[in-house]
Amino acid sequence: MHDYDAFNFDSKAEMLEKSAHYWNPDKTKFWSDSGIDLVIDRREGYLLWDMDGRRLIDVHLNGGTYNLGHRNPEVVAAVKKAMDRFDVGNHHFPSLGRTALAEALVESAPAGLTKVAYASGGGEAIDIALKSARHAMQKRKIVSIVKAYHGHTGLAVATGDDRFSKLFLSDRPEEFPQVPFNDLPAMEQALKGRDVAAVIMETIPATYGFPLPNPGYLEAVKALCEKYDALYIADEVQTGLMRTGELWGITKHGIEPDILVSGKGLSGGIYPIAAVLLSERAGAWLREDGFGHISTFGGAELGCVAALKTLEISRRPEVRSMVHYIADLVGSGLRQVQAQHPDWFVGIRQNGVVLGLEFAHPEGAKYVMRELYKLGVWAIFSTLDPRVLQYKPGILMTPDLVEELLDRTALAISRAAADPAVSRRKAS
Amino acid sequence: MADQPNGPVTVPAQAGHMLERARWAARAFASYSHGDVERIVRAVADVAHAHAEKYAEWAVRETGFGVVEHKVRKNRACSRGLLDTYAGQDFVTPRVRIDDKIVEVPRAAGVVLALTPSTNPVATVFFKVILALMTRNAVVVSPHPMARECCHDAAQLLARAAVEAGAPDGIVQSVAEPTIPLVEALMGDARTNVILATGGTGVVRAAYGSGNPAIGVGPGNVPVLVDSTADIRTTAQRLVESKAFDNSVLCTNESVLIVEEAVADKLVREMERVGAAVLGADDAQRLRDFMFPVGRLNVDVVGRDASWIAQQAGIRVGPRTKVLVAPFDVAVPEEPLTHEKLSPVLGMIRVPDAATGIATARAIVRIAGAGHSAAIHSSDPATVMRYAADVPVLRVSVNVGNSTGSSGLDTNLAPTMTIGTGFVGRSALGENLQPKHLVNWTRIAYNSDPAEAMPAYAGLSPWHDHRDPVPSYPLASNDDRAPRQAPSNVDALIDRIGARTASNGSSADDAAFREQVRRLVVEELSHLIKG
Repeated sequence: MHDYDAFNFDSKAEMLEKSAHYWNPDKTKFWSDSGIDLVIDRREGYLLWDMDGRRLIDVHLNGGTYNLGHRNPEVVAAVKKAMDRFDVGNHHFPSLGRTALAEALVESAPAGLTKVAYASGGGEAIDIALKSARHAMQKRKIVSIVKAYHGHTGLAVATGDDRFSKLFLSDRPEEFPQVPFNDLPAMEQALKGRDVAAVIMETIPATYGFPLPNPGYLEAVKALCEKYDALYIADEVQTGLMRTGELWGITKHGIEPDILVSGKGLSGGIYPIAAVLLSERAGAWLREDGFGHISTFGGAELGCVAALKTLEISRRPEVRSMVHYIADLVGSGLRQVQAQHPDWFVGIRQNGVVLGLEFAHPEGAKYVMRELYKLGVWAIFSTLDPRVLQYKPGILMTPDLVEELLDRTALAISRAAADPAVSRRKAS
Repeated sequence: MADQPNGPVTVPAQAGHMLERARWAARAFASYSHGDVERIVRAVADVAHAHAEKYAEWAVRETGFGVVEHKVRKNRACSRGLLDTYAGQDFVTPRVRIDDKIVEVPRAAGVVLALTPSTNPVATVFFKVILALMTRNAVVVSPHPMARECCHDAAQLLARAAVEAGAPDGIVQSVAEPTIPLVEALMGDARTNVILATGGTGVVRAAYGSGNPAIGVGPGNVPVLVDSTADIRTTAQRLVESKAFDNSVLCTNESVLIVEEAVADKLVREMERVGAAVLGADDAQRLRDFMFPVGRLNVDVVGRDASWIAQQAGIRVGPRTKVLVAPFDVAVPEEPLTHEKLSPVLGMIRVPDAATGIATARAIVRIAGAGHSAAIHSSDPATVMRYAADVPVLRVSVNVGNSTGSSGLDTNLAPTMTIGTGFVGRSALGENLQPKHLVNWTRIAYNSDPAEAMPAYAGLSPWHDHRDPVPSYPLASNDDRAPRQAPSNVDALIDRIGARTASNGSSADDAAFREQVRRLVVEELSHLIKG
């Protein structure tokens, strides 16, 4: 009997059966078929426990949602306290929480971003960004990257891989042209008709396995945007909040975007919230028709409290220093593992604690993911490039936990290399 | 089971992250070489020395305690002075004891939590930070709230100097807003490896009660015995100077003068000649009433100068008075003048002979100051020996002012701002705190059977030199400046070939060429392995 106060299950098997029956049959089956029988139960810091009681180090973090760890005590305390005074709030009116967070976000952001609009999740935030760009530029086209991922809402899904847009008959290639990543001539080609409202870029495309922008690429894209009168939207959902060793990854490129989107980790993993930071130009609609985008839960005041605390923690000089230490140790540790398996573990894409580990097999990351799972580490393959494992250590990890993680990772990578399926496919 | 050290993690918020950052820094520092450590310690000591006056002045201004010129002296002693004292000493390189077949490998404590007092603020910051760095520890300074600003500023200065000299980021940190609950949490947190507690009894007891390793020291109440064999004129000079040092705010300043009757009048005359005002019975009572109004020390007098105290007590003394001497008759706890005064007021009692003097010193230390220090002015080694054996203190300074004697500034004791009071003084430390107390040694011990030889260890060191910032800045891995995998043999080969051809090719050609050579070599190698 597993008793969770609000509900209970007799067994994990019963739970999985009901999950397939009432919730999502395909997703439930997908993980069973993948050899990942995970049902997350207890969670604390960077550790998860399966319903079976098995402990896992979490380096998936649900895309950075748990950047500060699961149930970060400071965020939990802030939200608990806030619940004695606040609730979701009322989006119609000037709001205490939304205003306080907006000020903090603007203060933290690259120059030129002066206004904040709120969403209840990253997809909605991307929709707001795209709508803002269209309104400001009075143009429809949005250029994104092939294999981009910006969420699943109406406009956001159209910027991404057609796997998700076609499923729901939501692909609109004429309004949402895509260009290959790191291909400047293609980008220029797409922009030079001057009919593009904005280019949307993840600073490092996460779901595509964190391929790194070539040195100078993002800077050149920004210059092209200026040349052809398009806005630059920095999707910082996965690269923001100190994951690259600076609060916003885009600042490492010296870029001042017209729009910056934050989500996932902004919630502290406790209360959903996402935010769009807009320049005066991009946020013009906020002066014209403030009811232009309405979101009951967007910027819920409890979420604002979670985000304020998250932002405060992430900006501490101590935390920035810790992230640099973690990145340093993880990077050097992985390079050592790589030296043992140069033909199998063929690449390390790293910017801070954003990492993509490349393996020499079309689905290499799935093998490594399974071995890691067996060895008590949860990391996920990249949906849009399963050669690459997403490897995302938290920004508050302790030295001991990083060392333990590296030990487990080294073993998992060599076990995956020895998997007969891997050697067969590699040879062929 | 959280991912934390074994024990409670009690420090909230930013201060908790300070400890966490210190752990990372300590982890990195643990692999630094002796050369690295010397360079860092020298840089920090130099900058501390260069700012000795500034912080002496600041400390007096902020706390109202002490004398600037004396604090300058201590700040210098606790910066370059420490370099001189420990020159040539090495707490980093493994030590090989060939005859014992033992090799000792140093292991730093890790994160040192350094509590610093209000009375001796910046000198103690300098002292503890430099000791921690000599032994490759990270240090978090928690200043006394009264001296918070000068100490925090000084710690930041040392932190910058350390990192500029190559120390790991975060190796020296300090608490900007110390409060009692925060300091208690820092002490009890398992991420603190050792607490260095210098301060009041309360904080020292709390350090020992924290559950963490702690080095805390007890209070002083220093008796000084002058016997009939002493050189009275010199003694008087030394006594007055020592008692006036830093307005007697130190735990090492003399508290009670015990003088053999035979030389008492002469000593009084000589002391008056060099700036002491020896009070009559009425003035002594006025002083008692002002200083101990309800039986306890009036903290207003702490670290103030003699003229101010005399004026407040309603006593007329000369303008150049440095020390007030208040005679009393019986060394018992209800006599206020037997207690620690933290001001340039010296109790004085006359005794018929040296033996009574020793018994009186015992009585003084029984009241307070066990395990701390006592001083004696004498030319008779038997008396000195009897004094040392009978009075339960752990240092006896002879023919020297005790304030700079016990602290090692004018003796060959280890110069220190932290005086171990030993078991008798409820402390784990019986010596003057010094670098060796902040490092453990892993001992490699060979079979003692002569048949089992120990191989040569000379020159073997597990540490390495650090030239670049630690940690490195997180550049993207495709940035040319980012660290790479160690070059393989193939790369080395390509480099050799490349060196011959690179002069006439562009970098793009070079990359393509390298890739081509790499492929050829890998192919060849795989044929070799298969064949």
